[in-house]
Amino acid sequence: MSTEILETPASPATQFDIDRTAGNFSYPEQHEFDAGTGLSHATIDYISNVKGEPDWIREFRHKALDVFLSKPMPTHWASHDLDNIIFNKIRYYLANAQKPTRSWDEVPDDVKRTFERLGIPEQERRFLAGVEAQFDSEAVYSNIKAAVADQGVIFCGSTEGLIKHPEIFKKWFGKVIPTGDNKFSALNSAVFSGGSFIYVPPGVKVKHPLQAYFRINAENFGQFERTLIIADEGSEVMYMEGCTAPKFETTTLHSAVVELVAMKGAKLQYVTVQNWSANVFNLVTKRAIAHEEAEVKWIDCNIGSRLTMKYPGVVLKGRKARGEVISIALAGDGQHQDTGAKMIHAADETTSNIVSKSISIGKGRATYRGLVHIPKHLKGCKNNTECDALLINAGSRTDTYPAITVRGTGNACQHEASVSRISAEQIFYMRQRGLSEAQAMSLSVNGFVNDLVRQFPMEYSVELKRLIDLEMEGSVG
Amino acid sequence: MNAVVEASERGAQIPECPTVMTESPDFASRPAYFRGRQQAAWERFQSLPMPARTDEAWRFADVKALDLSPYRAAGAVSDAQQAVLLARSRGLGETAGRMVFANDRLLSHEVLADDMRAKGVIWLPLEQALVEQRDLIERHFMSGDSLLGSAKFAALHEAHVKAGSFLHVPRGVEVALPIEVFHWLSGDGAAVFPHTLIVADECSKVTVVDSFAGASDGPGFACGVNDIVVGNGASVTYVAIQRWSEKTLAFHLNNTSVARDATALALRLNLGGARVRDEAASHLRGQGGRSDMLSVSAAAGAQIFDQRTLQIHEQPDTASDLLYKNALNDRARTIFTGLIRVEPVAHKTDAYQKVRNLILSNEAEANSAPGLEIEADDVRCTHGATSGTLEEDEMFYLQSRGIPRWEAQQLITFGFLSEVFDRLPCASLRDHLTDLLHEKLG
Repeated sequence: MSTEILETPASPATQFDIDRTAGNFSYPEQHEFDAGTGLSHATIDYISNVKGEPDWIREFRHKALDVFLSKPMPTHWASHDLDNIIFNKIRYYLANAQKPTRSWDEVPDDVKRTFERLGIPEQERRFLAGVEAQFDSEAVYSNIKAAVADQGVIFCGSTEGLIKHPEIFKKWFGKVIPTGDNKFSALNSAVFSGGSFIYVPPGVKVKHPLQAYFRINAENFGQFERTLIIADEGSEVMYMEGCTAPKFETTTLHSAVVELVAMKGAKLQYVTVQNWSANVFNLVTKRAIAHEEAEVKWIDCNIGSRLTMKYPGVVLKGRKARGEVISIALAGDGQHQDTGAKMIHAADETTSNIVSKSISIGKGRATYRGLVHIPKHLKGCKNNTECDALLINAGSRTDTYPAITVRGTGNACQHEASVSRISAEQIFYMRQRGLSEAQAMSLSVNGFVNDLVRQFPMEYSVELKRLIDLEMEGSVG
Repeated sequence: MNAVVEASERGAQIPECPTVMTESPDFASRPAYFRGRQQAAWERFQSLPMPARTDEAWRFADVKALDLSPYRAAGAVSDAQQAVLLARSRGLGETAGRMVFANDRLLSHEVLADDMRAKGVIWLPLEQALVEQRDLIERHFMSGDSLLGSAKFAALHEAHVKAGSFLHVPRGVEVALPIEVFHWLSGDGAAVFPHTLIVADECSKVTVVDSFAGASDGPGFACGVNDIVVGNGASVTYVAIQRWSEKTLAFHLNNTSVARDATALALRLNLGGARVRDEAASHLRGQGGRSDMLSVSAAAGAQIFDQRTLQIHEQPDTASDLLYKNALNDRARTIFTGLIRVEPVAHKTDAYQKVRNLILSNEAEANSAPGLEIEADDVRCTHGATSGTLEEDEMFYLQSRGIPRWEAQQLITFGFLSEVFDRLPCASLRDHLTDLLHEKLG
C-alpha cells in the first residue's frame, strides 16, 4: 500500500505549469470612434459628442482639463519616471461603438476570446453576480444578475449611470475625489470613460461579490475608467476588480478614479488584484468616505506595471467609522510599486488599520507611502499601521515613507515597519526536503503574505498564489 | 534684498539697519584662505531659494514663518552682563574645560584638566583655530553637504560664523571629563552663529556638552552648526542643551561622520526656542561603526520643534539607533522626519529608528514621518512611531496614592522623557540634564 503511494510520481513542478505568456496577447483593433492622440478641448468635445452626454458633464470635463493643464507633475515627491509620460502620444478615447449588452450571445467573438485567455471559467461567468467587463474604454458586456437587480441594486457603466440616474450619482460624483485632488485625478475627470457605477439601496446585502474585469488593449492607449460605488444605509457589498494587460512595446497609461461612499452602517469592500504588463504607468486615485458606523475595506494587490502609484484612502467622516487597507505589492525586476494608504480621521471614535506587505525582486523597488491624519478635538481615534518589506535579491530596494499627524489627547497612533530577507535556514530546510530553490523561495514568499492573502476572496487568493509563483520563477540563481 | 522689497510691498516697515539677510558679513578680519570660502557661502545663501511649502524636506513646516528680516548680527554685551553670564555658565560639576561665548564673542576659555594640556589636545575658539589649524579646518570645516533641507541656512552660517569651539583629540587620547561650551544670546533681534567642530582621531575618546541659552526673553535668531568627525575606533559623546529664549528662531545643523569601529552618541535636549529646526545626519562610513541619535523635547506654549534626521549607512556592518521622544503641552507642535538610508553596498546593516510622542493637550500636534530607503537585502531595519496620551490607569494609580492629578501628569511625563538620559555614560551629565528637564516641566 505504502509503496504504491511512494511510487506515485511527485510532481511539484505542476505548480509552476503556467503559461507565462498568458497576459501577452492582443487582437486586431477595430475602433469605430477614435479621438486620435493628444489632448485638447476639442478632444473633450469629441468624447462628449460620441457619448451623447448632457452639458453638465461636458462642462465638468472641460474644467477638469484646465485643472490638469495647470497642475505640475508631483515629481517633488514622486518618481521622476513620471516625466517619461508623453501626454501627446496617448489616445484619450476610443470605443468599438458597442453599447453595453445584456446577454452573453451579443458579445463579439474576439472579445469573448480575450476573456477566454483571462481564464474566467465558463461556469463562473454564468454564476457571477454581475460581470462588468470592460474592453478598451466602453463596457461591452454588462450582465446584472436578476436577483441583484430585483433588490434594487444599480450596476452600470459610468456614462450610463450619469445619464440614467443623475439623481443618485451626481450627488457624489467627483465629491470624494475632487477634480483638483491631483494631476491625474484631473486627467481622469477630463477624459473618463468606462468603469462601474453601483448603487446599493438601504438595508440590501449583496450576497455575491460584484465583479469587473478590464484590460488595456490598444497600443499607446490610456484607459481612464471611473468608478463610483454608493452603499446606502445598512447595506453590504463587495466589489472585485482584476486586470491583466497585453504586453506592448510603448508606454501605456492607466489612470483611474475610484470613489466609494459608505452611508451610515454600510459595509463596503473593494478588492483589486492587478497584474499589469511591465510598460504600464498605473496612476490611480482611490478614496472612500465612511459615514457613521460604516466600514470600508480596501484589499489591494499590485503586481506588474512599470510604475504604480496608488494610495487607497478612507475619510472617516462619521462617528465610529472604520477604515482598513490591506495591501500586497510585488515589485519585479525594473518595476516600481509606489503604494500605500491614507486615513483621514474626521470624527470621534474612528479607527483605521493599515497592513502593507511588499516584496522586491531583482532590481524591483517597492515603496510604502502612508498618511494618517487625526486633526483636532477628536476623541478615541485609533490607527494601527504595519509595513513589512521582503527583499529577494541584492539589487532589490524598498522604501517606507509614512506621515502621521496627531493632534490632541485621547487618540492613539502606532506605526511599525520592518525590512527583512528570506532566511537561508528556511530555504535550506525546504531544499533538504526535495524542493527546488525556486519552489522554496516561492513557498517562503507565499508564507510571508499568507495572513493577508487569506483575507482575499478564494479565487483571488488562488490567482495571487499563481502570480507570485510566476514572478519568483526567474528571480533565483 | 527680496525680503526688503516684499516687506515694503506688504506695507510693513522697511528695516532701518541691515539684517543678517542683507548685510554682507565682515570677511576682512578672517584669514585669506577662509575669506574666499565665506564669500562663496554668502553668494550661495543669496542665490538659494527660501524653502517652499512643496519642498519635501519642509513638509509639515510653516515656511512662511522663516522671515529673517528682523534679525541683525549681535552686538557686544555690557561688562556687567558679561560677569553675570560668566557666573551663570556652570552646568556640570567637574569639567575638563569650559568655553563661554556671549553674542558670538569669547568671554572665557579655561582649560581645567591636565589631560587636556598634556596629551596634545587642541581645543581653541574657532577664530584662533582658523589661523592656527588651517590644515584641519580645510579638511573638516563644514565638509559635509547639507542633506536635510537647510542648505541655504548652512550657507548663511558659513558666511557669518566667527564664534565657536574647535576640538582636535589626537590618536589614542582619552579626555575623561566632559568639555563644556556655553553660547549666550542677548538683546532683541540679535543673531548668533555658534559653531562646534569635533575631530576625534583614531581610538580617542571625548565628551562635549554645548549649552545654548538666551540671556534675555526677547526675540533672537541662532543659526548653529555642530559637526563631528569620529576617526577609526574613536568614541565621541555629544550633548546639545538648547534653552534659547521662547521667542528665538533657531537652526541647529549637524553632520556626523563615523569611521571604522567608531562610536558616536549624540543627545539633543530641546527646552527653549519659539521655533527650532534641528537637522542631524549620521554617516556610517566604516565597518563596525555605530551611531546613537537621541533626543528629548519638552514642548509647551506655542513652541515648534522641527527635527529632521538621516541615518546613512555607506559601508557594510554598521549600526545606528535613533530614539526621539517628545512631550507636547499647550499649543505646541513637533515635527519628526527621519530617514534610514542603506546604500547598496551596506550589507549587514542594523538600523533602528523610533519616535514617540506624548500628547498632553488637546491643542498640541505631533507630526511623524519615519522613513526607510533600503537598497541592500541583507539588513535588519525597523522603525516605529507612536503618538498617544497619558494612560488613565497610570494616572489613577498615582492619584489613588494621594498624588494630585497635575503632579501625576508631571511625574509620568518626566519618566517618559528622562528614560532617554539613561543611555548616556556619564552620571554627572545625566544629573544635569535631569535637573534642567525638571525645571522646564515644573
